[in-house]
Amino acid sequence: MSEHILSSKLYYGIWITLLILTGVTVGAATVDLGPFNTVVALVIASLKAVLVILFFMHVKYSSERMTKVVIVSAIFWLMLLLVLSLSDYGTRFAG
Amino acid sequence: MNDSQAVVTAEHSPELRHHFADMEQQRDASTLGMWLFLATEIMFFGGMFCAYLIYRRWYFTEFAAGSRSLSIVLGAVNTAVLICSSLTVALGVRAAQTGKRKLLVILLILTLLFGLAFLGIKGVEWAAKFKEHHIPGASFHFEGTELHGKPIDARHIQIYFSLYFAMTGMHALHMIIGVGIFIWLTYHSWKGRFTPEYYTPVEIAGLYWHFVDIVWIYLFPLLYLIDLKK
Repeated sequence: MSEHILSSKLYYGIWITLLILTGVTVGAATVDLGPFNTVVALVIASLKAVLVILFFMHVKYSSERMTKVVIVSAIFWLMLLLVLSLSDYGTRFAG
Repeated sequence: MNDSQAVVTAEHSPELRHHFADMEQQRDASTLGMWLFLATEIMFFGGMFCAYLIYRRWYFTEFAAGSRSLSIVLGAVNTAVLICSSLTVALGVRAAQTGKRKLLVILLILTLLFGLAFLGIKGVEWAAKFKEHHIPGASFHFEGTELHGKPIDARHIQIYFSLYFAMTGMHALHMIIGVGIFIWLTYHSWKGRFTPEYYTPVEIAGLYWHFVDIVWIYLFPLLYLIDLKK
């Protein structure tokens, strides 16, 4: 149901988790992981984005399936843009 | 004819548009429309993120040097400020759903304060960049000449700062528009326009605010935290 009302406790829980993950991403940046620093930063950011989308933006409890189709499509188009562009530039001579 | 119309209008919420069957269908249609708009926004910011990722791969040393010239403390505080504003928006939508008008107005005003605090801190950061001559252009100047033993090319570091100002600038513009929307929302909430039956503007303005928060969630590690290892 789109009218599904979530408890305040859940919102506070998501809020605390987002703040903790912000601290984790700052900490992870100071550790030398080579090329994986970028990957770790993007994974943590995506985790935060998923929490915001599912709970703050109510997508988890949405009854309207078309909304979910639009979101998945948008992410798919974004991946087309990023993955195809980067696999092109990534395999060329740099600079 | 007149009688049947009168019966129908008596059952309607005054906010129900006549081409919708009921309030739930109207709310779902608005949410779907907002998500379609957000899909275009994802592609708009996606283009800049794509340019950023390509140049970051090419000019990693310069991007790391540019990233180190930013204030991590201010960036992290701003991230926390936006996350807090997303909480007040989520709780605000809940207050609208449960019909608590005063709580809704308080939470919307808190959101506005967090939004303005974010823009204020961003302004302080930009002013510092301006004083340091880190704005790309004729008067651009960067202090460092090397990082981790690798030389820094001043032209390449200007690309970092161009992307920094384009991305944080477009994000800040979205924040300013968001503040405008929330002032409008606060006024109408104060007037008591939103009820548990009709709170669609609160819900979809909230979707917009959360989206702008998500953009910053990506901008913060990508711009501020590129290479902090000693």
